[in-house]
Amino acid sequence: MSLAELVAGIIVVALNAYALLGGADFGGGVWALLARGPRRERQRQLIAEAIGPVWEANHVWLILAIVLLFTCFPAAFARLGTLLHIPLSLVLIGIVLRGSAFTFWRYGGGVHGDETQRYWGVVFAIASLITPLLLGTTVGAIASGALGERGGGQGGGFYQIYVAPWLTPFALSVGVFALIAFAFLAAVYLTLEAQEPELQEDFRSRALGAGVALFFAALAALLLSHRWAPRVREALIFAPWAVPLHLLTAATALTALAALWRRRWRVARVAAATQVSLILWGWALAQYPYVLPPDLPVEAAAAPAVTLRLVVAALALGALVLFPSLYYLLRIFKSHQPSEVP
Amino acid sequence: MSDLLAARSQMAVSLAFHIVFAMVGIAMPVLMVVAERRWHVTGQDVYLELARRWAKGTAILFAVGAVSGTVLSFELGLLWPEFMRFAGPIIGMPFSLEGFAFFTEAIFLGVYLYGWERISRRAHLAAGVLVAVSGVLSGIFVVIANAWMNTPTGFELVAGRAVNVDPLAAMANPAALPQAVHMTLAAYAATGLGVAGIHAFLLLKDPSNAFHRRALVIALLVGGPAAVLQPVSGDFAARHVARHQPTKLAAAEALFETRASAPLVLGGWPDVAARRTRGAIEIPYGLSLLAFHDPRAEVKGLDAVPRDEWPNVPIVHVAFQLMVALGTYMALVALWAGWLGWRGKDLAHHRWLMRALAVATPMGFIATEAGWVVTEVGRQPWVIYGVLKTADAVTPMPGLIVPFLTFTLLYCFLGVIVGWLLYRQIIRSPQVTE
Repeated sequence: MSLAELVAGIIVVALNAYALLGGADFGGGVWALLARGPRRERQRQLIAEAIGPVWEANHVWLILAIVLLFTCFPAAFARLGTLLHIPLSLVLIGIVLRGSAFTFWRYGGGVHGDETQRYWGVVFAIASLITPLLLGTTVGAIASGALGERGGGQGGGFYQIYVAPWLTPFALSVGVFALIAFAFLAAVYLTLEAQEPELQEDFRSRALGAGVALFFAALAALLLSHRWAPRVREALIFAPWAVPLHLLTAATALTALAALWRRRWRVARVAAATQVSLILWGWALAQYPYVLPPDLPVEAAAAPAVTLRLVVAALALGALVLFPSLYYLLRIFKSHQPSEVP
Repeated sequence: MSDLLAARSQMAVSLAFHIVFAMVGIAMPVLMVVAERRWHVTGQDVYLELARRWAKGTAILFAVGAVSGTVLSFELGLLWPEFMRFAGPIIGMPFSLEGFAFFTEAIFLGVYLYGWERISRRAHLAAGVLVAVSGVLSGIFVVIANAWMNTPTGFELVAGRAVNVDPLAAMANPAALPQAVHMTLAAYAATGLGVAGIHAFLLLKDPSNAFHRRALVIALLVGGPAAVLQPVSGDFAARHVARHQPTKLAAAEALFETRASAPLVLGGWPDVAARRTRGAIEIPYGLSLLAFHDPRAEVKGLDAVPRDEWPNVPIVHVAFQLMVALGTYMALVALWAGWLGWRGKDLAHHRWLMRALAVATPMGFIATEAGWVVTEVGRQPWVIYGVLKTADAVTPMPGLIVPFLTFTLLYCFLGVIVGWLLYRQIIRSPQVTE
């Protein structure tokens, strides 16, 4: 494995962590929006308590991925920023509104149930819906190979260059897939966070529903890839790793659903997280050796070797600080104790 | 509005907005940690109340700072793809390190905000200290990257491409130290005196409120020394700019002609067409003395570079004057408060000091914004000084006025909301008498 491939792999690891941690925070927002039934206030409360202490740390995984991308693959970063200007700007607006609205909702005043604070809860929830949709769409645009040297289309018009690459049925289907995957993860995690059996049941049924929906979303993306992302589709079917990967993914998906059915929350959590990770790595492997298919391979996009070496060294040192800290954070807040917003 | 101007304006708005929150994120944890430590030592509940309230304010401001910082990291590619293509491998290093510092900050802020009842008092205080330390570090790393744009090092330029890249040499660029010191002090001075100013204003009405009295002392202890040291670090930074970025100093001082024994120009409005500054007070030898510590030294004027490489002189000059004036006022007020405190006076009952502090509340933030205008506008037309022009770095995407207006509206809206939330926090301050 070359140094550039190693760094590219680390970027996928960061994206993977972001999907499992930050993604679930977005998914929580989706369930806050869809809170229904007699326990809807308690559902929202649980979601807010689960997200509160960790969302900012979870968010840093995205920043890490972006920083590694622009340091180590500047050509890819420049092209992404240019061709995906519109969806990425919308993602940013979503990120800004999600983060600040959540904080305003939880910290806005002393008293909970304040009318204006409720609006922030709604803004938080809607931003949590739109941001993963658009993030997934950008991933779909990358995977479809539409971000070539000359942009999306044959012509040179604004639409062809700046809109056509991402406004495709396939890219949008990946957006929907990402949204459902995040909602699925969140619902699975929330069965563990909940203390009361009724709340656990609420999120169990949501997780089961999302898990089934995820299957159909994957099917839709696969069908659409035939026309819109043939290169990735080919790799996902004919590459030597393809069949074992799909079998493994299917096995984890079924395990997650079965575990939910039998109320084995911890097993469900591990299986769901593995399932989503495998799908993400499937995407990464399918477009290898390209950072941006069809014409920007890892090696050609990479920064000089000295930069890559220093970044890897910095990552190794940083990991020494990061992982014990993350462990400490998760041990304090994710080990079954009632939490309380100060 | 041209696309280049729209892109520059969007970047300026995003930075100007983020900087306020970043500064508060650096300095506010120090305030809350000091208050918590005082609570441990004295056992007075008023300090705990103070620490909790400051932590709440920090939570709101840090969240907005974190998301607006994310916007900036993306905007580097959305607005300046050609800059990042060139600079990414050279100055990505400090950004990577900043990523880890920010990780630490976010993790331990979560522990601090939500962990009051879950971990020991000692561990809780330690989490706060880690937030404060990693906050300073992330600020320093970002400023190092900016300093490289002013004094680029760590590469050789061959046919428009960077070769022999050395990211460590880029981090050790000449402007890194003076800028990092100046910005770190700015964060403490602006936040410390800003908080002191708010409590001073409330003490004018209620001088024996123990809550505000204790808050005032802690805020002054953090902000005061920084405000006093800031002019010293400013002098260090200015002498540095005189050597490495003479055009920026010439614009800041509205010095059109290169000359020995250059005077210091106070105030006035530079008339660029006539190449002179109207309505200014000139202090003979002042600039030579300040820039080189030698009254006869030659100072390079704007005429040292072609006319099309001048920054916007009136903007840089006025911003520089504003920064210096506000910084001077803050340093003097801090010295006054220190003098009164040292003589054992009751600061809260000193009405003139309280008025002077209340007036200073926004000054540190305005001065910092003005300082960034000097360093960023003063570098134009270059994005990397002497290497890459801003006009060559901008994205080819047309219609950039749309994102500019969108983000401006978004930030105005958020700014109003944050202001209102903090106001609600403040007017609910408790009545605690001695």
